[in-house]
Amino acid sequence: MSGGHDEHGHHHREPESVLSLRVRALESLLVEKKLVSSEAVDRIVSAYEQDIGPHNGAKVVARAWVDPAYRARLLADGSAAIEELGFGGVDLQVVENTPGVHNMVVCAKSASTCPRTPRFESGTRAPSFATSYSRSARSEPSG
Amino acid sequence: VNGIHDMGGMHGFGRVEREENEPVFHARWEGRVLGMTRACSVQHIFNIDESRHAIERMAPADYLASSYYERWLDRNIRLLVEKGVITREELERRMAQLAGGTDPATPHSDPKLTARMLRVTKDRTPYRQPGPPPCFALGDRVLTRHDAPVGHTRLPRYARGKPGVIVHVHGTFIFPDTNAHGQGEQPHALYSVRFDAARLWGDSAEPRAPVHIDLWERYLLPDAPARSTS
Repeated sequence: MSGGHDEHGHHHREPESVLSLRVRALESLLVEKKLVSSEAVDRIVSAYEQDIGPHNGAKVVARAWVDPAYRARLLADGSAAIEELGFGGVDLQVVENTPGVHNMVVCAKSASTCPRTPRFESGTRAPSFATSYSRSARSEPSG
Repeated sequence: VNGIHDMGGMHGFGRVEREENEPVFHARWEGRVLGMTRACSVQHIFNIDESRHAIERMAPADYLASSYYERWLDRNIRLLVEKGVITREELERRMAQLAGGTDPATPHSDPKLTARMLRVTKDRTPYRQPGPPPCFALGDRVLTRHDAPVGHTRLPRYARGKPGVIVHVHGTFIFPDTNAHGQGEQPHALYSVRFDAARLWGDSAEPRAPVHIDLWERYLLPDAPARSTS
């Protein structure tokens, strides 16, 4: 995409301008049909850019580090435990790495059939709760 | 059938690249696509399983050449056309109008819709629904069905016809295979099933690396006693 990270070997991509125009046209049609308002889209974009993201997962993990009771609740019922911190929107099962077990969370199939847009994954750098999205973790693990 | 999206275990796509300080959206249009998708889903224009299946129906070459949000855009247009909300001609006309500097749509405000769209990130998901009690229990040995259904399924290709063990009973959840095709939600038991890597990948599998996959009960058969010693 425009970030330049997806360009190896791919070809015949639509120019950004055509994509952008198509998206604007779709939004215009949906606004006209009263199925969306541009303001609502603005609010969602802003929520994802500012409020939702790996930093929320980091808050959950940090709390589990310092609060053993919370850690136990998080491992027992992830969805309920993140609600305590004001988070939601996912059915969450939390797993913990131990000296003998390293968990790697991947999509069973592909990036586009992921359960949801990743919201709470805290990244593989978090020492206790490792998650990683990978298209082919088995043969080409990420660094 | 085996869709192009069902790529677990395939190789040749290169390393997973990490981008320092990766932005949430790499271009403005990506965020607009996400917002429109959310509007469609909260108004029940399409459900999540229909939407995944729509992406799976992309032409394989297009699928592989598209970015994440390009697939979402393709999906949104495909479903909105199929459901009669828009036509492709209408979309082309609107693109031409916008390119010419005219936007016929009148902006409006819809606070109720906005609130519904924002609530999705706070509320519990609607996917857990009451259903029949589970037939399997922790520790039960199961065999996944060996089937390649034409429609949507959450049983990956690499895990068909494989023996595994029930390690967690999640509860009863909406069944994607029917919900994707207008055949109802049919909630029933969802399990975490553990598979030995060697049974999935063969002799070259990484040792001591079991794979856990969330699978619905209808993907599973009781394992024959003769296999249970393996």
